[in-house]
Amino acid sequence: MKQALYGYLASFDQPDDLLHAAREAQRRGHSRMQAYSPFPVEGLAEAVGFRFNWLPWLVLGGGMAGGAGGYFMQYYASAVSYRLNIGGRPLHSIPSFMPITFEVTVLFAALTAFFAVFLLSGLPRLHHPIFNAPAFDRETQGRFLLCIEAADPVFEARDTWRFLTGLNAMEVVEVHA
Amino acid sequence: MASKTRQPAERSESGFEHPGPVLVGSPTYATVDAQISDIVLHRPVKRGWLFGLVLSFLFVMILFYTITYLLIRGVGIWGVNVPVAWGFAIANFVWWIGIGHAGTLISAILLLLKQQWRTSINRFAEAMTLFAVACAGLFPLIHLGRPWDFYWLVPYPNTMSLWPQFRSPLVWDFFAVSTYLTVSILFWFLGMVPDLRAIYNRAQTPWKKFIYGVLSLGWRGDAVHWKYYNSAYYLLAALATPLVVSVHSIVSLDFAVAIVPGWHSTIFPPYFVAGAILSGFAMVLTLAIPLRRFYHLENLVTLRHLENCAKVILVTSAIVGYGYCEEALMAWYSGDPYEKYMMINRMLGSYGFAYWLLIFCNVVVTQSLWWRKARLNVVWLFVLSLLVQSGMWTERVVIVVQSLHRDFMPSAWHMYYPTVWDWAALAGTVGLFFALFFLFIRVLPMISISEVQELSKEQRDARGAGDAEWSGRPSAGKEAGL
Repeated sequence: MKQALYGYLASFDQPDDLLHAAREAQRRGHSRMQAYSPFPVEGLAEAVGFRFNWLPWLVLGGGMAGGAGGYFMQYYASAVSYRLNIGGRPLHSIPSFMPITFEVTVLFAALTAFFAVFLLSGLPRLHHPIFNAPAFDRETQGRFLLCIEAADPVFEARDTWRFLTGLNAMEVVEVHA
Repeated sequence: MASKTRQPAERSESGFEHPGPVLVGSPTYATVDAQISDIVLHRPVKRGWLFGLVLSFLFVMILFYTITYLLIRGVGIWGVNVPVAWGFAIANFVWWIGIGHAGTLISAILLLLKQQWRTSINRFAEAMTLFAVACAGLFPLIHLGRPWDFYWLVPYPNTMSLWPQFRSPLVWDFFAVSTYLTVSILFWFLGMVPDLRAIYNRAQTPWKKFIYGVLSLGWRGDAVHWKYYNSAYYLLAALATPLVVSVHSIVSLDFAVAIVPGWHSTIFPPYFVAGAILSGFAMVLTLAIPLRRFYHLENLVTLRHLENCAKVILVTSAIVGYGYCEEALMAWYSGDPYEKYMMINRMLGSYGFAYWLLIFCNVVVTQSLWWRKARLNVVWLFVLSLLVQSGMWTERVVIVVQSLHRDFMPSAWHMYYPTVWDWAALAGTVGLFFALFFLFIRVLPMISISEVQELSKEQRDARGAGDAEWSGRPSAGKEAGL
């Protein structure tokens, strides 16, 4: 029984080669592809079709929600729910509420940033077809990989294979789903 | 040892001796990966590590014993009493929090300032932050009269219809420290996910594969992952930067908001933050110097790192010294008899010896770092780091104890003498800190693999040449059995 083809995986030993390959692939019209590297490579995400980074906006929203919520909590507790005269200060004592407002802002923004990375990247995820490729295990030891999926609209087995092998790749392998 | 480790120093074009590059040699991606992950995966348990862990764990046992006894008998087992109601426990809290701050400074502020030298030391500096904050957090809790009611600090809807008192610096402190701990954990873990993947890739036994595989959350190093990762990492750094300043400022407000002479001062927030960074960088040196030697990391944690830490110590020691002068000046200039008396008593009173000890450790000894020879002398840096930490701890004790022991009413004056339990709690947390650290260096990558790989590329690109020398053998490290 032959396993379904997931895509072709090309390995490079230089980040610049991978970046070049990804840009070439994009020029040929490939859209369903992924690039893997042991450390971030500038411009690589855009080369494989990354469009808009939502993350900073989510963090901004999280921080603002945290700040407003933190301030409201203190206002409600001190001026509405549990009114106590503390050293003659007004019940709604704005300067005293600032430290906690700041801390809660940072806390919510940080939690949003952390969880947003994983949610937007589709993690945690225990399995992925790319893990089937033995070459993938050597990624963190300095391999830079480009995978063009078989589901790509302009994927054409022989043509894509020839394209990848002509790119100064160390090796090109099939990845099975 | 000093002469041996000084050898990477080379002469630059200007003729000055400089301490060499951030990374020594041209490590390839594979050798970086192998060198760091092998400490976790393949290095056998050595006697020195075991001895260190057992010794620290002994002190953890002392800590458990102290806390148990404290819960049974109450805070009276310590030397605290009116007027010195805050003794070692609060001083220890301030000191430990301060030590944590250097870790955040290295990981966040130096990241934003694009200081490449932070790369090899940020991971274990962040771990240092976490463990220091864990030790710090214990003290205010066990210092409560009824520690089991500590959760009353948390604002939650409760059947008692009570709320925390949000105008109190102690509640601010609770929010500041818990936020700091949470954000430090997030930052540390996020930075480690790609490295956990790297360790998973090299792990051979099923258990290690399972544990590191699950911890890495399925990280693939996808370009899109990295995009989000970088974005979040820099945002967390930008959030942690004001956070770290706010935390020690709020800690200092615990004191500054009170009207006690010696506490009631507007210089406290910046002065506390500078002191925090001073003691924290000293702790970085205390940890880094043995680590690089015993784990043969001299090529990654280079003399350049140690020298830069020494420079930060010199600068923050100058700021702290300025704080000491300013404190004395304001006591005199205020014309307030209580302030004046406090200052004279601090210098010449019963605790005067501690004052001069802290001046010596925090301001005088550090002046040696003006000389490059001293900054590159590893043995001296290690000794100095211990002196600075003792000095900073003494400073916190002097601020807490000496200010309180002369109240406004002479009838209330009283000396504070630490009991064996005061010392046991301090020694116990030192043990806890080191026990956690010993475990950390064996189970998690203590240096960031992906960041050092990136740095090694940048360093190679900057040199221009070298490409031909190393390309084409991407797994040289593995074959060499590193």
